[in-house]
Amino acid sequence: MEMIRAGFLEALRLLFALDPAVMEVVRLSLLVSGAATFLSLLLGIPLGSVLALSDFPGRKLLFSLVNTGMGLPPVVVGLIVSVLLWRSGPLGFIHLLYTPSAMVIAQVAIAFPIVAGLTAAALGALPPQLKLQLEALGADRFQVVLLLLREARLPLLAAVMAGFGGVISEVGASMMVGGNILGQTRVLTTATVMETSKGNFEAAIALGLILLLLSFSVNLALTLIQQKKRI
Amino acid sequence: MSIEIRDLEVFRKKKKVLSIEKLEIPAGQILSILGPNGAGKSTLLLAIAQLIEPKKGEILFEKQPVPWGNLDLRRKISMVFQDPLLLDDTVFGNVATGLKVRGIPRKEWKNRILEQLGLLGIVHLAKRSSRSLSGGEAQRVSLCRALVFSPEVLLLDEPFAALDPASRPVLIAELKKLLRQKGITALFVTHDRNEALMLGDRIAVLEAGRLIQIGAPQEVFSTPATASVAALVGVENVLPGKVVHQEQGVATIEVQGIEVRAVSEAREGEKIWFCLRPEDVVLHIGPLGPSSLRNHLEGTVRSVLPLEAQVRVTIDCAFPVAALITKQAFFDLELREGKVVGLSFKASAVHLIPRS
Repeated sequence: MEMIRAGFLEALRLLFALDPAVMEVVRLSLLVSGAATFLSLLLGIPLGSVLALSDFPGRKLLFSLVNTGMGLPPVVVGLIVSVLLWRSGPLGFIHLLYTPSAMVIAQVAIAFPIVAGLTAAALGALPPQLKLQLEALGADRFQVVLLLLREARLPLLAAVMAGFGGVISEVGASMMVGGNILGQTRVLTTATVMETSKGNFEAAIALGLILLLLSFSVNLALTLIQQKKRI
Repeated sequence: MSIEIRDLEVFRKKKKVLSIEKLEIPAGQILSILGPNGAGKSTLLLAIAQLIEPKKGEILFEKQPVPWGNLDLRRKISMVFQDPLLLDDTVFGNVATGLKVRGIPRKEWKNRILEQLGLLGIVHLAKRSSRSLSGGEAQRVSLCRALVFSPEVLLLDEPFAALDPASRPVLIAELKKLLRQKGITALFVTHDRNEALMLGDRIAVLEAGRLIQIGAPQEVFSTPATASVAALVGVENVLPGKVVHQEQGVATIEVQGIEVRAVSEAREGEKIWFCLRPEDVVLHIGPLGPSSLRNHLEGTVRSVLPLEAQVRVTIDCAFPVAALITKQAFFDLELREGKVVGLSFKASAVHLIPRS
Protein backbone atom coordinates (compact mmCIF):
# COMPACT_ATOMS: atom_id res chain seq x y z
CA MET A 1 0.00 0.00 0.00
CA GLU A 2 2.84 2.36 0.92
CA MET A 3 4.34 1.80 -2.52
CA ILE A 4 1.07 2.70 -4.24
CA ARG A 5 0.59 5.79 -2.05
CA ALA A 6 4.14 6.87 -2.74
CA GLY A 7 3.65 6.27 -6.46
CA PHE A 8 0.51 8.36 -6.46
CA LEU A 9 2.23 11.22 -4.61
CA GLU A 10 5.22 11.01 -6.94
CA ALA A 11 2.89 11.25 -9.90
CA LEU A 12 1.27 14.38 -8.49
CA ARG A 13 4.69 15.87 -7.79
CA LEU A 14 5.93 15.14 -11.30
CA LEU A 15 2.78 16.55 -12.79
CA PHE A 16 2.59 19.74 -10.78
CA ALA A 17 6.33 20.34 -10.86
CA LEU A 18 6.20 19.99 -14.64
CA ASP A 19 9.27 17.81 -14.44
CA PRO A 20 11.19 18.46 -17.70
CA ALA A 21 12.08 14.80 -18.29
CA VAL A 22 8.49 13.69 -17.78
CA MET A 23 7.14 16.55 -19.90
CA GLU A 24 9.47 15.51 -22.72
CA VAL A 25 8.14 11.95 -22.52
CA VAL A 26 4.55 13.23 -22.50
CA ARG A 27 5.26 15.57 -25.43
CA LEU A 28 6.81 12.78 -27.48
CA SER A 29 3.95 10.40 -26.64
CA LEU A 30 1.38 12.93 -27.79
CA LEU A 31 3.38 13.85 -30.86
CA VAL A 32 3.97 10.27 -32.03
CA SER A 33 0.47 8.98 -31.24
CA GLY A 34 -1.21 12.18 -32.49
CA ALA A 35 0.66 12.02 -35.79
CA ALA A 36 -0.06 8.29 -36.11
CA THR A 37 -3.77 8.84 -35.44
CA PHE A 38 -3.91 11.70 -37.96
CA LEU A 39 -2.20 9.62 -40.66
CA SER A 40 -4.44 6.67 -39.81
CA LEU A 41 -7.48 8.85 -40.41
CA LEU A 42 -6.04 10.02 -43.75
CA LEU A 43 -5.56 6.40 -44.83
CA GLY A 44 -8.33 4.64 -42.93
CA ILE A 45 -11.31 6.85 -43.76
CA PRO A 46 -10.87 6.60 -47.56
CA LEU A 47 -10.22 2.85 -47.34
CA GLY A 48 -13.26 2.36 -45.07
CA SER A 49 -15.38 4.44 -47.44
CA VAL A 50 -14.30 2.40 -50.45
CA LEU A 51 -15.03 -0.84 -48.59
CA ALA A 52 -18.48 0.34 -47.51
CA LEU A 53 -19.64 2.09 -50.67
CA SER A 54 -18.04 0.30 -53.61
CA ASP A 55 -18.26 -3.14 -55.07
CA PHE A 56 -15.15 -4.51 -56.75
CA PRO A 57 -13.44 -7.87 -57.14
CA GLY A 58 -11.54 -8.76 -53.98
CA ARG A 59 -13.61 -6.47 -51.77
CA LYS A 60 -14.52 -9.23 -49.34
CA LEU A 61 -10.89 -10.34 -49.11
CA LEU A 62 -9.78 -6.77 -48.40
CA PHE A 63 -12.56 -6.40 -45.83
CA SER A 64 -11.41 -9.51 -43.97
CA LEU A 65 -7.79 -8.31 -44.11
CA VAL A 66 -8.86 -5.00 -42.54
CA ASN A 67 -10.87 -6.85 -39.91
CA THR A 68 -7.83 -8.99 -39.14
CA GLY A 69 -5.73 -5.83 -38.98
CA MET A 70 -8.05 -4.42 -36.33
CA GLY A 71 -6.72 -7.01 -33.91
CA LEU A 72 -3.10 -7.00 -35.08
CA PRO A 73 -0.73 -7.68 -32.11
CA PRO A 74 1.60 -4.65 -31.69
CA VAL A 75 4.65 -6.88 -31.23
CA VAL A 76 4.01 -8.45 -34.64
CA VAL A 77 3.77 -4.96 -36.16
CA GLY A 78 6.98 -4.03 -34.29
CA LEU A 79 8.71 -7.10 -35.66
CA ILE A 80 7.62 -6.43 -39.27
CA VAL A 81 8.58 -2.73 -39.15
CA SER A 82 11.90 -3.59 -37.47
CA VAL A 83 12.73 -6.16 -40.15
CA LEU A 84 11.81 -3.69 -42.91
CA LEU A 85 13.81 -0.83 -41.38
CA TRP A 86 16.77 -2.89 -40.13
CA ARG A 87 20.07 -1.62 -41.46
CA SER A 88 20.38 -4.64 -43.79
CA GLY A 89 16.61 -4.79 -44.42
CA PRO A 90 14.77 -3.70 -47.59
CA LEU A 91 14.22 -0.15 -46.26
CA GLY A 92 17.38 0.07 -44.19
CA PHE A 93 18.83 2.77 -46.44
CA ILE A 94 16.37 5.36 -45.11
CA HIS A 95 17.82 5.01 -41.59
CA LEU A 96 14.57 5.35 -39.67
CA LEU A 97 14.92 2.57 -37.10
CA TYR A 98 15.02 3.90 -33.51
CA THR A 99 13.53 7.24 -34.51
CA PRO A 100 10.09 8.75 -33.72
CA SER A 101 9.25 8.34 -37.43
CA ALA A 102 9.66 4.57 -37.13
CA MET A 103 7.32 4.64 -34.13
CA VAL A 104 4.76 6.63 -36.14
CA ILE A 105 4.98 4.09 -38.98
CA ALA A 106 4.40 1.20 -36.57
CA GLN A 107 1.53 2.97 -34.83
CA VAL A 108 -0.12 3.84 -38.17
CA ALA A 109 0.04 0.14 -39.07
CA ILE A 110 -1.78 -0.59 -35.80
CA ALA A 111 -4.38 2.22 -35.94
CA PHE A 112 -5.31 2.54 -39.58
CA PRO A 113 -7.08 -0.85 -39.90
CA ILE A 114 -9.06 0.10 -36.77
CA VAL A 115 -10.10 3.42 -38.35
CA ALA A 116 -10.83 1.77 -41.72
CA GLY A 117 -12.89 -1.02 -40.15
CA LEU A 118 -14.90 1.32 -37.94
CA THR A 119 -15.43 3.76 -40.84
CA ALA A 120 -16.77 0.94 -43.02
CA ALA A 121 -19.03 -0.18 -40.15
CA ALA A 122 -20.27 3.38 -39.55
CA LEU A 123 -21.10 3.92 -43.22
CA GLY A 124 -22.58 0.45 -43.49
CA ALA A 125 -24.98 1.24 -40.66
CA LEU A 126 -26.55 4.14 -42.59
CA PRO A 127 -29.82 3.43 -44.45
CA PRO A 128 -28.91 1.74 -47.75
CA GLN A 129 -31.13 4.09 -49.76
CA LEU A 130 -29.46 7.22 -48.37
CA LYS A 131 -26.68 7.00 -50.96
CA LEU A 132 -29.28 6.79 -53.74
CA GLN A 133 -31.21 9.70 -52.23
CA LEU A 134 -28.11 11.91 -52.19
CA GLU A 135 -27.32 10.98 -55.79
CA ALA A 136 -30.93 11.74 -56.66
CA LEU A 137 -30.48 15.19 -55.14
CA GLY A 138 -27.67 15.83 -57.63
CA ALA A 139 -24.58 15.00 -55.58
CA ASP A 140 -21.58 13.70 -57.50
CA ARG A 141 -19.65 10.68 -56.22
CA PHE A 142 -17.24 12.70 -54.05
CA GLN A 143 -20.06 14.81 -52.59
CA VAL A 144 -22.00 11.64 -51.77
CA VAL A 145 -19.04 10.26 -49.80
CA LEU A 146 -18.55 13.55 -47.93
CA LEU A 147 -22.24 13.80 -47.05
CA LEU A 148 -22.33 10.19 -45.87
CA LEU A 149 -19.20 10.68 -43.75
CA ARG A 150 -20.79 13.78 -42.25
CA GLU A 151 -23.91 11.74 -41.49
CA ALA A 152 -21.77 9.08 -39.80
CA ARG A 153 -19.72 11.64 -37.86
CA LEU A 154 -20.62 10.33 -34.41
CA PRO A 155 -19.49 6.75 -34.99
CA LEU A 156 -16.47 8.18 -36.83
CA LEU A 157 -15.49 9.99 -33.64
CA ALA A 158 -15.55 6.59 -31.98
CA ALA A 159 -13.13 5.45 -34.67
CA VAL A 160 -10.81 8.35 -33.79
CA MET A 161 -11.03 7.43 -30.10
CA ALA A 162 -10.38 3.76 -30.79
CA GLY A 163 -7.44 4.60 -33.08
CA PHE A 164 -5.84 6.99 -30.60
CA GLY A 165 -6.57 4.69 -27.67
CA GLY A 166 -4.93 1.82 -29.54
CA VAL A 167 -1.66 3.61 -30.22
CA ILE A 168 -1.17 5.73 -27.09
CA SER A 169 -1.40 2.58 -24.99
CA GLU A 170 0.67 0.15 -27.07
CA VAL A 171 4.16 -0.67 -25.92
CA GLY A 172 5.51 -3.60 -27.94
CA ALA A 173 5.93 -1.92 -31.30
CA SER A 174 7.20 1.37 -29.84
CA MET A 175 9.81 -0.47 -27.80
CA MET A 176 10.96 -2.56 -30.76
CA VAL A 177 11.20 0.17 -33.40
CA GLY A 178 11.89 3.13 -31.11
CA GLY A 179 14.33 1.57 -28.69
CA ASN A 180 13.21 3.70 -25.71
CA ILE A 181 16.07 6.18 -26.13
CA LEU A 182 15.92 8.98 -23.59
CA GLY A 183 15.00 12.29 -25.15
CA GLN A 184 14.51 10.72 -28.57
CA THR A 185 12.09 7.81 -28.58
CA ARG A 186 11.08 7.36 -24.95
CA VAL A 187 7.31 7.55 -24.60
CA LEU A 188 5.03 6.98 -21.62
CA THR A 189 4.45 3.26 -22.23
CA THR A 190 8.09 2.36 -22.86
CA ALA A 191 9.21 4.49 -19.91
CA THR A 192 6.67 2.73 -17.65
CA VAL A 193 7.95 -0.68 -18.72
CA MET A 194 11.54 0.39 -18.13
CA GLU A 195 10.87 1.84 -14.67
CA THR A 196 8.93 -1.29 -13.67
CA SER A 197 11.73 -3.57 -14.82
CA LYS A 198 14.20 -1.50 -12.81
CA GLY A 199 12.00 -1.85 -9.72
CA ASN A 200 11.23 1.91 -9.61
CA PHE A 201 7.57 1.32 -8.95
CA GLU A 202 6.89 4.88 -7.75
CA ALA A 203 8.08 6.30 -11.06
CA ALA A 204 6.30 3.54 -13.00
CA ILE A 205 3.01 4.23 -11.18
CA ALA A 206 3.46 7.95 -11.77
CA LEU A 207 4.02 7.44 -15.51
CA GLY A 208 1.10 5.00 -15.68
CA LEU A 209 -1.18 7.50 -14.00
CA ILE A 210 -0.11 10.25 -16.37
CA LEU A 211 -0.79 7.91 -19.30
CA LEU A 212 -4.23 7.12 -17.92
CA LEU A 213 -4.96 10.80 -17.33
CA LEU A 214 -3.86 11.67 -20.86
CA SER A 215 -5.90 8.93 -22.46
CA PHE A 216 -8.90 9.85 -20.31
CA SER A 217 -8.64 13.59 -21.18
CA VAL A 218 -8.52 12.97 -24.93
CA ASN A 219 -11.40 10.51 -24.81
CA LEU A 220 -13.42 12.77 -22.50
CA ALA A 221 -13.04 15.66 -24.95
CA LEU A 222 -14.14 13.48 -27.89
CA THR A 223 -17.02 11.99 -25.90
CA LEU A 224 -18.24 15.46 -24.95
CA ILE A 225 -18.24 16.47 -28.62
CA GLN A 226 -20.07 13.24 -29.50
CA GLN A 227 -22.74 13.69 -26.84
CA LYS A 228 -23.20 17.38 -27.62
CA LYS A 229 -23.91 16.55 -31.25
CA ARG A 230 -26.41 13.91 -30.22
CA ILE A 231 -28.64 16.38 -28.33
CA MET B 1 -39.13 18.30 -69.71
CA SER B 2 -40.58 15.50 -71.85
CA ILE B 3 -39.42 11.91 -71.34
CA GLU B 4 -39.47 9.17 -73.93
CA ILE B 5 -38.52 5.56 -73.31
CA ARG B 6 -37.66 3.20 -76.14
CA ASP B 7 -36.96 -0.54 -75.89
CA LEU B 8 -35.74 -0.19 -72.31
CA GLU B 9 -34.42 -3.26 -70.52
CA VAL B 10 -33.07 -3.13 -66.98
CA PHE B 11 -31.45 -6.02 -65.15
CA ARG B 12 -30.86 -6.34 -61.42
CA LYS B 13 -28.70 -9.16 -60.08
CA LYS B 14 -28.63 -10.66 -63.59
CA LYS B 15 -32.43 -10.85 -63.71
CA LYS B 16 -34.50 -8.82 -66.13
CA VAL B 17 -36.77 -6.67 -63.99
CA LEU B 18 -37.99 -4.11 -66.50
CA SER B 19 -38.79 -4.29 -70.18
CA ILE B 20 -40.66 -1.36 -71.71
CA GLU B 21 -41.00 -0.97 -75.46
CA LYS B 22 -42.36 2.55 -75.50
CA LEU B 23 -43.46 5.11 -72.97
CA GLU B 24 -43.87 8.83 -73.56
CA ILE B 25 -44.49 11.42 -70.89
CA PRO B 26 -45.10 14.92 -72.25
CA ALA B 27 -43.56 17.90 -70.44
CA GLY B 28 -45.58 18.99 -67.41
CA GLN B 29 -47.64 15.80 -67.22
CA ILE B 30 -48.10 13.77 -64.04
CA LEU B 31 -48.05 10.02 -64.66
CA SER B 32 -49.21 7.73 -61.87
CA ILE B 33 -47.71 4.26 -61.98
CA LEU B 34 -49.67 1.43 -60.41
CA GLY B 35 -48.52 -2.14 -59.99
CA PRO B 36 -48.04 -4.93 -57.50
CA ASN B 37 -44.80 -5.49 -55.57
CA GLY B 38 -41.92 -6.44 -57.82
CA ALA B 39 -43.58 -4.98 -60.92
CA GLY B 40 -40.53 -2.82 -61.67
CA LYS B 41 -42.08 0.52 -60.70
CA SER B 42 -39.17 1.73 -58.55
CA THR B 43 -36.66 0.38 -61.07
CA LEU B 44 -38.30 2.50 -63.77
CA LEU B 45 -37.88 5.63 -61.63
CA LEU B 46 -34.26 4.77 -60.80
CA ALA B 47 -33.49 4.26 -64.49
CA ILE B 48 -35.04 7.64 -65.38
CA ALA B 49 -33.14 9.25 -62.49
CA GLN B 50 -29.93 7.84 -64.04
CA LEU B 51 -29.24 5.82 -60.92
CA ILE B 52 -29.49 2.37 -62.56
CA GLU B 53 -27.89 1.83 -65.93
CA PRO B 54 -30.21 0.11 -68.43
CA LYS B 55 -28.77 -2.85 -70.28
CA LYS B 56 -30.60 -1.94 -73.46
CA GLY B 57 -32.68 0.84 -74.97
CA GLU B 58 -32.67 4.54 -74.38
CA ILE B 59 -34.36 7.26 -72.40
CA LEU B 60 -34.77 10.53 -74.28
CA PHE B 61 -35.15 13.83 -72.49
CA GLU B 62 -36.67 16.63 -74.58
CA LYS B 63 -36.41 14.12 -77.46
CA GLN B 64 -32.61 14.06 -77.09
CA PRO B 65 -30.53 11.03 -76.12
CA VAL B 66 -28.24 11.74 -73.17
CA PRO B 67 -25.16 9.71 -72.16
CA TRP B 68 -26.04 7.62 -69.13
CA GLY B 69 -25.19 9.17 -65.75
CA ASN B 70 -24.75 12.70 -67.13
CA LEU B 71 -24.46 14.95 -64.05
CA ASP B 72 -26.10 17.97 -65.70
CA LEU B 73 -29.13 15.86 -66.54
CA ARG B 74 -29.18 14.25 -63.08
CA ARG B 75 -29.33 17.73 -61.60
CA LYS B 76 -32.53 18.49 -63.52
CA ILE B 77 -34.20 15.45 -61.99
CA SER B 78 -35.22 14.97 -58.38
CA MET B 79 -36.53 11.97 -56.51
CA VAL B 80 -38.43 11.38 -53.28
CA PHE B 81 -38.41 7.93 -51.70
CA GLN B 82 -40.93 6.21 -49.44
CA ASP B 83 -38.65 6.87 -46.46
CA PRO B 84 -37.92 10.61 -46.04
CA LEU B 85 -34.17 9.78 -45.65
CA LEU B 86 -33.38 13.09 -43.97
CA LEU B 87 -29.84 13.88 -42.87
CA ASP B 88 -28.96 14.40 -39.20
CA ASP B 89 -29.26 18.17 -39.50
CA THR B 90 -31.83 20.93 -39.13
CA VAL B 91 -34.76 21.13 -41.53
CA PHE B 92 -33.07 24.15 -43.15
CA GLY B 93 -29.81 22.19 -43.54
CA ASN B 94 -31.64 19.28 -45.09
CA VAL B 95 -33.51 21.39 -47.62
CA ALA B 96 -30.22 23.12 -48.49
CA THR B 97 -28.57 19.84 -49.58
CA GLY B 98 -29.54 20.09 -53.25
CA LEU B 99 -28.52 23.76 -53.41
CA LYS B 100 -25.19 23.00 -51.74
CA VAL B 101 -24.20 20.21 -54.13
CA ARG B 102 -25.10 22.43 -57.10
CA GLY B 103 -22.77 25.15 -55.85
CA ILE B 104 -25.59 27.69 -55.56
CA PRO B 105 -24.27 30.68 -53.54
CA ARG B 106 -25.16 30.57 -49.85
CA LYS B 107 -26.75 34.04 -49.95
CA GLU B 108 -29.49 32.66 -52.25
CA TRP B 109 -30.33 29.76 -49.97
CA LYS B 110 -32.39 31.51 -47.35
CA ASN B 111 -35.01 33.03 -49.65
CA ARG B 112 -35.39 29.89 -51.75
CA ILE B 113 -35.61 27.56 -48.77
CA LEU B 114 -38.03 29.70 -46.78
CA GLU B 115 -40.22 30.15 -49.87
CA GLN B 116 -40.33 26.40 -50.49
CA LEU B 117 -40.97 25.62 -46.82
CA GLY B 118 -43.78 28.18 -46.92
CA LEU B 119 -45.36 26.55 -49.97
CA LEU B 120 -45.61 23.27 -48.08
CA GLY B 121 -46.69 24.98 -44.85
CA ILE B 122 -43.69 24.07 -42.71
CA VAL B 123 -41.72 27.30 -42.49
CA HIS B 124 -42.05 27.09 -38.69
CA LEU B 125 -39.97 23.90 -38.71
CA ALA B 126 -36.90 25.50 -40.34
CA LYS B 127 -34.71 25.40 -37.22
CA ARG B 128 -35.93 22.06 -35.91
CA SER B 129 -33.70 19.01 -35.94
CA SER B 130 -34.79 16.43 -38.51
CA ARG B 131 -34.74 13.80 -35.75
CA SER B 132 -37.58 15.54 -33.90
CA LEU B 133 -40.10 15.54 -36.77
CA SER B 134 -43.23 13.44 -37.13
CA GLY B 135 -43.57 11.16 -40.18
CA GLY B 136 -45.78 13.66 -42.02
CA GLU B 137 -43.49 16.60 -41.26
CA ALA B 138 -40.42 14.63 -42.34
CA GLN B 139 -42.04 13.72 -45.66
CA ARG B 140 -42.97 17.35 -46.28
CA VAL B 141 -39.32 18.29 -45.63
CA SER B 142 -38.25 15.58 -48.05
CA LEU B 143 -40.58 17.05 -50.70
CA CYS B 144 -39.24 20.56 -50.04
CA ARG B 145 -35.68 19.28 -50.40
CA ALA B 146 -36.56 17.72 -53.74
CA LEU B 147 -38.34 20.82 -55.06
CA VAL B 148 -36.18 23.69 -53.78
CA PHE B 149 -33.74 23.58 -56.69
CA SER B 150 -36.60 23.72 -59.24
CA PRO B 151 -36.18 20.33 -60.90
CA GLU B 152 -37.71 19.77 -64.32
CA VAL B 153 -38.63 16.18 -63.47
CA LEU B 154 -39.83 14.89 -60.11
CA LEU B 155 -39.88 11.17 -59.39
CA LEU B 156 -41.99 10.05 -56.44
CA ASP B 157 -41.53 6.50 -55.14
CA GLU B 158 -44.49 5.90 -52.82
CA PRO B 159 -43.76 9.03 -50.79
CA PHE B 160 -47.07 8.95 -48.92
CA ALA B 161 -47.09 5.26 -47.94
CA ALA B 162 -45.93 5.93 -44.38
CA LEU B 163 -48.32 8.82 -43.74
CA ASP B 164 -51.56 8.52 -41.84
CA PRO B 165 -54.59 8.25 -44.14
CA ALA B 166 -56.02 11.60 -43.01
CA SER B 167 -53.01 13.69 -44.04
CA ARG B 168 -52.43 12.00 -47.41
CA PRO B 169 -55.14 13.72 -49.50
CA VAL B 170 -54.12 17.14 -48.14
CA LEU B 171 -50.47 16.68 -49.01
CA ILE B 172 -51.30 15.19 -52.42
CA ALA B 173 -53.53 18.17 -53.25
CA GLU B 174 -50.79 20.61 -52.20
CA LEU B 175 -48.20 18.73 -54.22
CA LYS B 176 -50.41 18.62 -57.31
CA LYS B 177 -50.90 22.38 -57.10
CA LEU B 178 -47.15 22.93 -56.81
CA LEU B 179 -46.35 20.64 -59.73
CA ARG B 180 -48.91 22.44 -61.90
CA GLN B 181 -47.61 25.88 -60.90
CA LYS B 182 -44.04 24.99 -61.79
CA GLY B 183 -44.89 22.83 -64.82
CA ILE B 184 -42.86 19.93 -63.49
CA THR B 185 -43.06 16.56 -65.24
CA ALA B 186 -43.73 13.95 -62.58
CA LEU B 187 -43.85 10.17 -62.25
CA PHE B 188 -45.67 8.96 -59.18
CA VAL B 189 -45.34 5.34 -58.08
CA THR B 190 -48.02 4.08 -55.73
CA HIS B 191 -49.89 0.99 -54.60
CA ASP B 192 -52.95 3.04 -53.82
CA ARG B 193 -55.37 3.48 -56.72
CA ASN B 194 -57.05 6.44 -55.03
CA GLU B 195 -53.73 8.27 -54.73
CA ALA B 196 -53.00 7.41 -58.36
CA LEU B 197 -56.35 8.94 -59.34
CA MET B 198 -55.88 12.04 -57.20
CA LEU B 199 -52.47 12.97 -58.61
CA GLY B 200 -52.17 11.48 -62.08
CA ASP B 201 -53.13 13.04 -65.43
CA ARG B 202 -52.60 9.54 -66.82
CA ILE B 203 -52.20 6.16 -65.21
CA ALA B 204 -49.77 3.44 -66.24
CA VAL B 205 -49.97 -0.10 -64.93
CA LEU B 206 -46.82 -2.19 -64.66
CA GLU B 207 -46.79 -5.91 -64.07
CA ALA B 208 -43.77 -8.23 -63.99
CA GLY B 209 -41.62 -5.49 -65.48
CA ARG B 210 -43.93 -4.80 -68.42
CA LEU B 211 -46.21 -1.90 -69.22
CA ILE B 212 -49.63 -3.52 -69.32
CA GLN B 213 -51.83 -0.47 -69.82
CA ILE B 214 -51.53 3.30 -69.98
CA GLY B 215 -54.26 5.86 -70.44
CA ALA B 216 -56.47 8.46 -68.88
CA PRO B 217 -57.58 7.53 -65.34
CA GLN B 218 -61.20 7.01 -66.46
CA GLU B 219 -60.08 4.71 -69.25
CA VAL B 220 -57.84 2.54 -67.07
CA PHE B 221 -60.36 2.38 -64.26
CA SER B 222 -63.43 1.64 -66.38
CA THR B 223 -61.87 -0.52 -69.08
CA PRO B 224 -58.94 -2.38 -67.55
CA ALA B 225 -56.94 -4.31 -70.14
CA THR B 226 -56.44 -7.48 -68.10
CA ALA B 227 -58.00 -9.24 -65.14
CA SER B 228 -55.01 -8.32 -62.96
CA VAL B 229 -55.29 -4.64 -63.92
CA ALA B 230 -58.98 -4.87 -63.09
CA ALA B 231 -58.16 -6.19 -59.64
CA LEU B 232 -55.50 -3.50 -59.21
CA VAL B 233 -57.86 -0.65 -60.05
CA GLY B 234 -60.55 -1.87 -57.68
CA VAL B 235 -62.80 -3.94 -59.91
CA GLU B 236 -63.52 -6.48 -57.21
CA ASN B 237 -65.87 -8.64 -59.23
CA VAL B 238 -63.71 -10.36 -61.83
CA LEU B 239 -65.07 -13.74 -62.99
CA PRO B 240 -64.47 -16.00 -65.97
CA GLY B 241 -67.35 -16.23 -68.45
CA LYS B 242 -68.30 -16.87 -72.07
CA VAL B 243 -70.29 -14.85 -74.61
CA VAL B 244 -73.39 -16.87 -75.55
CA HIS B 245 -75.16 -14.29 -77.69
CA GLN B 246 -74.36 -11.01 -79.46
CA GLU B 247 -76.98 -8.59 -80.68
CA GLN B 248 -76.42 -4.98 -81.72
CA GLY B 249 -73.55 -4.29 -79.35
CA VAL B 250 -75.07 -6.03 -76.38
CA ALA B 251 -73.46 -9.30 -75.42
CA THR B 252 -75.20 -11.91 -73.34
CA ILE B 253 -72.66 -13.72 -71.28
CA GLU B 254 -72.82 -16.74 -69.08
CA VAL B 255 -71.04 -16.46 -65.77
CA GLN B 256 -71.11 -19.61 -63.67
CA GLY B 257 -74.49 -20.64 -65.02
CA ILE B 258 -76.10 -17.19 -64.82
CA GLU B 259 -76.76 -14.96 -67.83
CA VAL B 260 -75.92 -11.26 -67.69
CA ARG B 261 -75.92 -8.57 -70.35
CA ALA B 262 -73.03 -6.27 -71.17
CA VAL B 263 -72.53 -3.42 -73.63
CA SER B 264 -69.75 -4.99 -75.69
CA GLU B 265 -68.86 -6.04 -79.21
CA ALA B 266 -67.46 -9.37 -77.96
CA ARG B 267 -68.24 -12.21 -80.37
CA GLU B 268 -70.41 -15.17 -79.61
CA GLY B 269 -68.38 -18.05 -78.17
CA GLU B 270 -65.57 -15.76 -77.01
CA LYS B 271 -64.11 -16.49 -73.58
CA ILE B 272 -64.00 -13.39 -71.41
CA TRP B 273 -63.39 -12.01 -67.95
CA PHE B 274 -66.54 -10.44 -66.54
CA CYS B 275 -65.61 -7.25 -64.61
CA LEU B 276 -67.96 -5.25 -62.43
CA ARG B 277 -67.03 -2.47 -60.00
CA PRO B 278 -68.66 -2.91 -56.57
CA GLU B 279 -69.94 0.69 -56.58
CA ASP B 280 -71.97 -0.06 -59.76
CA VAL B 281 -74.10 -2.69 -58.00
CA VAL B 282 -77.51 -1.53 -56.73
CA LEU B 283 -79.06 -3.52 -53.86
CA HIS B 284 -82.80 -3.63 -53.22
CA ILE B 285 -85.42 -5.61 -51.33
CA GLY B 286 -88.25 -6.90 -53.52
CA PRO B 287 -88.76 -5.89 -57.15
CA LEU B 288 -87.02 -2.78 -58.44
CA GLY B 289 -89.17 -0.10 -60.06
CA PRO B 290 -88.70 1.09 -63.66
CA SER B 291 -85.00 1.75 -64.32
CA SER B 292 -82.28 1.55 -66.94
CA LEU B 293 -80.64 -1.37 -65.16
CA ARG B 294 -80.73 -4.45 -67.40
CA ASN B 295 -79.27 -7.07 -65.11
CA HIS B 296 -81.28 -8.33 -62.14
CA LEU B 297 -80.08 -11.13 -59.84
CA GLU B 298 -81.05 -12.39 -56.43
CA GLY B 299 -78.76 -13.60 -53.67
CA THR B 300 -78.09 -13.99 -49.98
CA VAL B 301 -75.97 -11.57 -47.96
CA ARG B 302 -72.83 -13.43 -46.98
CA SER B 303 -70.88 -10.69 -45.20
CA VAL B 304 -71.11 -7.04 -44.25
CA LEU B 305 -68.03 -4.86 -43.72
CA PRO B 306 -68.52 -1.22 -42.65
CA LEU B 307 -65.85 1.02 -44.22
CA GLU B 308 -65.13 4.72 -43.68
CA ALA B 309 -68.08 6.21 -45.60
CA GLN B 310 -69.60 3.12 -47.20
CA VAL B 311 -70.47 -0.48 -46.43
CA ARG B 312 -69.04 -3.37 -48.39
CA VAL B 313 -71.58 -6.17 -48.81
CA THR B 314 -70.82 -9.59 -50.31
CA ILE B 315 -73.80 -11.40 -51.83
CA ASP B 316 -73.95 -15.05 -52.89
CA CYS B 317 -75.82 -15.57 -56.15
CA ALA B 318 -74.21 -18.65 -57.74
CA PHE B 319 -70.99 -16.62 -57.52
CA PRO B 320 -69.97 -14.01 -54.93
CA VAL B 321 -70.62 -10.37 -55.87
CA ALA B 322 -69.13 -7.47 -53.90
CA ALA B 323 -71.22 -4.29 -53.63
CA LEU B 324 -70.40 -0.91 -52.11
CA ILE B 325 -73.41 0.98 -50.77
CA THR B 326 -73.86 4.08 -48.64
CA LYS B 327 -74.38 3.75 -44.91
CA GLN B 328 -77.86 5.25 -45.36
CA ALA B 329 -78.82 2.58 -47.92
CA PHE B 330 -77.43 -0.07 -45.58
CA PHE B 331 -79.70 1.09 -42.74
CA ASP B 332 -82.72 1.57 -45.04
CA LEU B 333 -82.40 -1.97 -46.41
CA GLU B 334 -81.82 -3.38 -42.91
CA LEU B 335 -79.14 -5.69 -44.31
CA ARG B 336 -77.74 -8.52 -42.25
CA GLU B 337 -76.02 -11.81 -43.02
CA GLY B 338 -78.39 -14.40 -44.48
CA LYS B 339 -80.96 -11.87 -45.78
CA VAL B 340 -82.16 -12.33 -49.36
CA VAL B 341 -81.64 -9.23 -51.54
CA GLY B 342 -82.01 -8.24 -55.15
CA LEU B 343 -78.95 -6.87 -56.96
CA SER B 344 -79.02 -5.00 -60.24
CA PHE B 345 -76.50 -3.32 -62.49
CA LYS B 346 -76.36 -1.62 -65.87
CA ALA B 347 -75.21 -3.49 -68.96
CA SER B 348 -72.82 -0.57 -69.54
CA ALA B 349 -71.28 -1.08 -66.08
CA VAL B 350 -70.04 -4.51 -67.11
CA HIS B 351 -66.60 -4.53 -68.69
CA LEU B 352 -65.43 -7.57 -70.64
CA ILE B 353 -61.77 -8.52 -71.07
CA PRO B 354 -60.81 -11.21 -73.61
CA ARG B 355 -59.60 -14.35 -71.81
CA SER B 356 -56.92 -16.46 -73.49
